[in-house]
Amino acid sequence: MIRFKEALYRWIFTVMAFTSLFFLLGIIIVLLREGLPILMAVGPFKFLSGVHWYPTYDPAEFGIFPLIIASLSVAIGAMVVAVPLGVGSALYLHELAGERIRHILKPAVEILSAVPSIVFGFFGMMIVAPFVQKIFHVPTGLNAFTAAVVMGIMAIPTIASLTEDALGFVPRSFKEASYALGASRWQTLIKIVLPAAGSGVSTAIILGMSRIVGETMTVLMVSGGAAVIPHSIFDPVRPMTSTIAAEMGEAVTGSLHYSALFAIGLVLFLMTLTLNIISENISKKYRIKLGLDR
Amino acid sequence: MKNKIIEKIGFLFLFLCIAITLFFLATIVYFVVSRGLPALSWEFLTEAPRKSMTAGGVAPAIIGTFYLIVGTILFALPLGLATAIYLCEYSPRGYFVSIIRMSINNLAGVPSVVFGLFGLAVFVKYCGFGVSILSGSLTLSILILPGIISASQEALTAVPFSLREASLALGATHWQTIKRVVIPTAFPGVLTGVILGIGRAAGETAPILFTAATFFTRDYPSSPLSECMALPYHIFALMTEGSHPDQQAVIAYGCALILMVLVFMVSGIAIYLRKRFRQAFTH
Repeated sequence: MIRFKEALYRWIFTVMAFTSLFFLLGIIIVLLREGLPILMAVGPFKFLSGVHWYPTYDPAEFGIFPLIIASLSVAIGAMVVAVPLGVGSALYLHELAGERIRHILKPAVEILSAVPSIVFGFFGMMIVAPFVQKIFHVPTGLNAFTAAVVMGIMAIPTIASLTEDALGFVPRSFKEASYALGASRWQTLIKIVLPAAGSGVSTAIILGMSRIVGETMTVLMVSGGAAVIPHSIFDPVRPMTSTIAAEMGEAVTGSLHYSALFAIGLVLFLMTLTLNIISENISKKYRIKLGLDR
Repeated sequence: MKNKIIEKIGFLFLFLCIAITLFFLATIVYFVVSRGLPALSWEFLTEAPRKSMTAGGVAPAIIGTFYLIVGTILFALPLGLATAIYLCEYSPRGYFVSIIRMSINNLAGVPSVVFGLFGLAVFVKYCGFGVSILSGSLTLSILILPGIISASQEALTAVPFSLREASLALGATHWQTIKRVVIPTAFPGVLTGVILGIGRAAGETAPILFTAATFFTRDYPSSPLSECMALPYHIFALMTEGSHPDQQAVIAYGCALILMVLVFMVSGIAIYLRKRFRQAFTH
């Protein structure tokens, strides 16, 4: 009896453990199944490279190139803001902050990474956008630049806290060896510690990037929403995530538009999946290099 | 001498980095608090919206968010804990385990709006739950599942092996050991994951956009199958719909403040608990 019970529990846990795999496959299947009609109708290549996104026109056009460009330009812009500030903050926390200050700042950074994206979007819309409009004399404050700045601020805590972790994994002996050779604190930090944590830092950056590409509410609120290829950084844009969020409400179930939105979801999923796989591989190699994992 | 100057400049740069970061974040907190506070009142917290969203309170949105959180945890906690137990207590290191780990890692990186699409296609349409608290909770629970799993895993691995060995030596079976010794000891750690999950579920908007949320309901939700208002969605709707943007913005600030206080409180508790839990096992 006891033996049966034990086997039963083991079996139950095994089945439940597989739900994550089940959900991941489920997501892929759903995106493929719902996205396939549009890929068949337009052709995958034309869907990706088409420059006109007019889903509600007659005849409708489904080209998501402007949306991809929008996502990438906002993400790259955000990285320009977030990487120096995030890595710089992490280096400060790691090297310069005293024990007491670090004990306050580290949780503070962590809590701030929990601020919901809708709050950032709201802040961007109410405060940053009017500010940008005034300073740069542009027709609307809701544009790619504002989106990049707000998303950059949003990504700082993620990058900072992951980078700080990576710096913490660098063995003390590296530092000591460098000091022993007469290097200054700054030289040691920049030329020894940071490169040694290099792959950890790149993991942090890639994960930050992946988070930004997938971020929805903030860009939906501040990027302006024009589905055309931008000519300047102050043009309104419409990234992939916000297209899905904005248009799903009006798309008729089963229509080509509905299917196109799922296909955008598929593209998005594949992009973030690639970024995650890259970062995972880097971090695996890195852990082995520092002798942390087997 | 030159090195000294470079070092000074470098350290100054690092200090500026963190100062700018904190300045940005402080600005956000400042604006939300200073503009949200005047909107708050007893009426704001306990009454339904009136006069087409320009007056009254946001109680239905608070209640809706609460139901969504409860539903989400109800689904995510058992699944997450069970997965962690399998990975830490049962699994032989092998092929299957690495597949499961890989799917958890990748699930964690899926954009939130894609979860929304999945929820829409599966729970709302295929299962026929409609736009409802049930669909929204199920969608959110998949979103927070990886977080719950990794927090539970951390908690389970922190339980010293001697405890398990002592239990087994007393004649307890594997499952009895897990149930009576491992889970209770790991409980605070698991709780940390749950609390962080609550914070995440409370603030996410994209997954509930097409699975649960609606701008306005006259009544409070009556069953898991009714749609509901939710705080984060309410902010979004107030900013993008309706005909009185100025009055609506005030209410949106109020909602943002409530949401932020909720999330800060919740993550603060979680961080504190985790710290205590870690200390308990490292000394």
